[in-house]
Amino acid sequence: MQEITLKVNGKRHVLKIDPETPLLFVLNDELGLCGPRFGCGMAQCGACTVIMRGQVVRSCVMPVSAVGQDEVTTLEGLGTLEQPHPIQQAFIEEGAAQCGFCLSGVILTAKATLDANPDASDQEIRDALGGVLCRCFVHSRMLRAIRKYAETRRA
Amino acid sequence: MTQSRRQFLKSSGALIISFSAAPWNALSAQDQGQFGTHPSHIDPGKLDSWLAVGSDGVATAYTGKCDFGQGIFTAQSQLVAEELCVPLARVKLIQCDTSITPDQGTTSGSQSTPTNFNSQSLALAAATAREALLNLAAKKLVEPAEQLTVANGVITGKTGRAVKYEELIGNRHFNLSLSPTAKRRSVAAWTVLGKPVPSLDRPALMTGQFEFVHNIRVPGMLHGRVVRPPEMGATLAHVDDQSVRNVRGLVKVVVRKDFVGVVAETQYAAAVAACQLAVQWNPGPELPPQQNFFDYLQKQPSRDVLGVDSGDVDAQLSSVGSVIRAKYTYPYQMHGSVGTSCAVADVKADSATVWSATQSAYPTRSIIAKLLNMPLDKIRVIFVRGSGCYGLNGADAVSFDAAILSQAVGKPVRLQFSRQDEMMWENLGAACVVEHRARLTKDGIAAWDREDWVASRGSRPGYNQPGNVITGMLLGYDPEPIEPRSAKAPAGKLRNGSNIVPSYFAGCVGGSCQGDGTIRSERALTHSVRSPFFTGPLRSPLRIQNTFANECFMDELCKLAKADPVAFRLQHLKNSRVIGVLKAAASASNWQARPSPRTDTSRAQTVTGRGIACVAYEGDNGYAALVAEVEVDLQTGTVRPKRFVAALDCGPISNPDGLRNQTEGGILQGMSRALVEEVIWDKKRITSVDWETYSSLYLDYEMPAVETVFVTPTDVPATGAGETAITLVPAVIGNAIFDATGVRLRDLPFTPARVKAALVEVEHRA
Repeated sequence: MQEITLKVNGKRHVLKIDPETPLLFVLNDELGLCGPRFGCGMAQCGACTVIMRGQVVRSCVMPVSAVGQDEVTTLEGLGTLEQPHPIQQAFIEEGAAQCGFCLSGVILTAKATLDANPDASDQEIRDALGGVLCRCFVHSRMLRAIRKYAETRRA
Repeated sequence: MTQSRRQFLKSSGALIISFSAAPWNALSAQDQGQFGTHPSHIDPGKLDSWLAVGSDGVATAYTGKCDFGQGIFTAQSQLVAEELCVPLARVKLIQCDTSITPDQGTTSGSQSTPTNFNSQSLALAAATAREALLNLAAKKLVEPAEQLTVANGVITGKTGRAVKYEELIGNRHFNLSLSPTAKRRSVAAWTVLGKPVPSLDRPALMTGQFEFVHNIRVPGMLHGRVVRPPEMGATLAHVDDQSVRNVRGLVKVVVRKDFVGVVAETQYAAAVAACQLAVQWNPGPELPPQQNFFDYLQKQPSRDVLGVDSGDVDAQLSSVGSVIRAKYTYPYQMHGSVGTSCAVADVKADSATVWSATQSAYPTRSIIAKLLNMPLDKIRVIFVRGSGCYGLNGADAVSFDAAILSQAVGKPVRLQFSRQDEMMWENLGAACVVEHRARLTKDGIAAWDREDWVASRGSRPGYNQPGNVITGMLLGYDPEPIEPRSAKAPAGKLRNGSNIVPSYFAGCVGGSCQGDGTIRSERALTHSVRSPFFTGPLRSPLRIQNTFANECFMDELCKLAKADPVAFRLQHLKNSRVIGVLKAAASASNWQARPSPRTDTSRAQTVTGRGIACVAYEGDNGYAALVAEVEVDLQTGTVRPKRFVAALDCGPISNPDGLRNQTEGGILQGMSRALVEEVIWDKKRITSVDWETYSSLYLDYEMPAVETVFVTPTDVPATGAGETAITLVPAVIGNAIFDATGVRLRDLPFTPARVKAALVEVEHRA
């Protein structure tokens, strides 16, 4: 057991925890966050995605002790029900979900990609989503929502 | 309705308590529940079982059909709003909770819409309630019910006096039976139903607020993991508890017959313990080799059923004309939910609550009662949505597992499978072989014989077959047996629930021809064979396998007849709804009439082609036709679908946006299954255990355009729709590859290696 300080979605948390615990379990079980989800535990699907230092991270394979000082942003860290982030708004408007289990991977990966390169082409966005899996196959609507967000971002 | 599930459940709690339709133990006197369900304490014949109006004017509806992401939550909310004439925001829908919703069996088989949106169940309840409220208002306003108007939960008389629903019934029972004569509002008058209402879960989903079953947390809750056998048929020899003695937070190693699991204070400790636990297993028998599995399948004893048999096919197939035969194979495939299955069980000494993503709340309750040896009425199963399941994924098994673990420790336990637990032991979509023989004359198809062999083991556990899934097997229950027997002559009327009978058959059974086509010399025979692996319904179960074979073989007959695939199909169809969608898809895709394969292809590296197929889903539960345009790289064998055009007829549409979403998703999912998905195994075990060993198309795949057109005849009932388009995808891609290359592929998936090999073989033959 170790005392670990985590900064998540703008809040600081001090936890006593096994330092080897995957960050995902901490986010779900200790902090009660629902956005990042366990899909495979092997960084193969993206359901557990969070953003750290502008980069997407698979929280299912990152020990909580490796987070350090970096702030962790989860899907619920972007916007709220009342005030969704523009990329969330674009997904709402395009109806870009069915079961929705994969959304952390899709939305956060797209956001990080466009943050790093606001002019990313469709091909570049798709390439970035290469490790993200949606088994309801809402691919087309998701790409449409991402494109819409990219346009509002540039405007 | 932008509230999260937590708020939603909290706010509906008061109504749950005050409106539990019947006392907890009072089993209804009905002999048999509807749709093969068992009678429960909630009488589906009573209005109060389906609907309640609170003093705040909110209408709470109770349904036994639940949402996994297919949109039925929103559509049912629209239905209630429409029939009851209240705004959508004033409808609260409670789904699948064995203490408060009627038993509607399993949410599956594209049955939710036909069941709840026509003239029974939820739709009838809402219509009954509206009529009852009008009658109450008539008394109150002293005006005849016929001259009252109703809108937004307010009933207004000719005199202008008005009364609100809550003033008439608020917080009180209707005490009425469903009225079989209650009239549904006419489709033409719909203001909420039939509209593209955005799915109500979207804001919560997109902002990470939506609570899945994975997010259920109960005070004092522990975490479990299961430790499955390393191979099929292995039995437990020994568990060494000492091997996990050093795992901090471990609570218990649970062993029951061949079932092994661990319970710990945290997910991480449970995962570590499950990995570290030393277990010895007695090996199981060797598995049939994958390489020639389909030959193996055809040699096994089988349970045979004839869908249709005119008795003259053998004679017909030996007389004059061109006879062709072909054999199609379809591999085992996975549900492969993105999230592994999860459940939370709180088993106390004398009662149990299980939060489950099962499609079958009531049947799951029965199985849990059996496994826990507890009275049925002491168990409550509450549906909470999981990751999209597309059929029987691990949701039932994990619910049973969680209950076993919770009972063993006497505390609430949350259990989520590892990826390997999920994939290695799921009830796979069945592998299948189909053989066709047909004779062609100058007038068309004179005779058609088709026969299939389906690998089957287990399936849904239903109300009393725990052995149909892995947990039951480990606890000593057998799967439902497949007793070999030969087929009896078909009797009664044509049943085509698994689409074994092609649309072109006259389908004559018992003197009545209910098929969709004109071929009178016909036979459709199915052999169920014991599968080495568990199998169960996977989106469009057996319908997709059979339709792949049937619609590709029809294309082979078109080729033999040198006929256009649309025209030749139309020549053999008589069902106006199948004809309707076929013509609509051809027209919307700008289909050019000509035989396949195309003859104008250059010797370019990439060739393109188009394919078409159609189906009456389950015989009569939705009609679809689909056109695919594909590119084939002749060097690599890579197939790239470029465009799909679907035409659907599912009667009146509840939510066109939801239907489009389902259709697009279904087609692209079907594409993934047609191009890359196949379960792999070795001598001992399934080796497709993660996303590197089981392929799926990821989000970087350049998806084709999907266009959907609706064909909506008037005065027909609503049918299922979410599984119709996917049913056609492997067939249309196969037909389009043939059109492009002249090469017929009869084995799924159409991997580059397989396509390339077929191209090379044909070249050599030429």
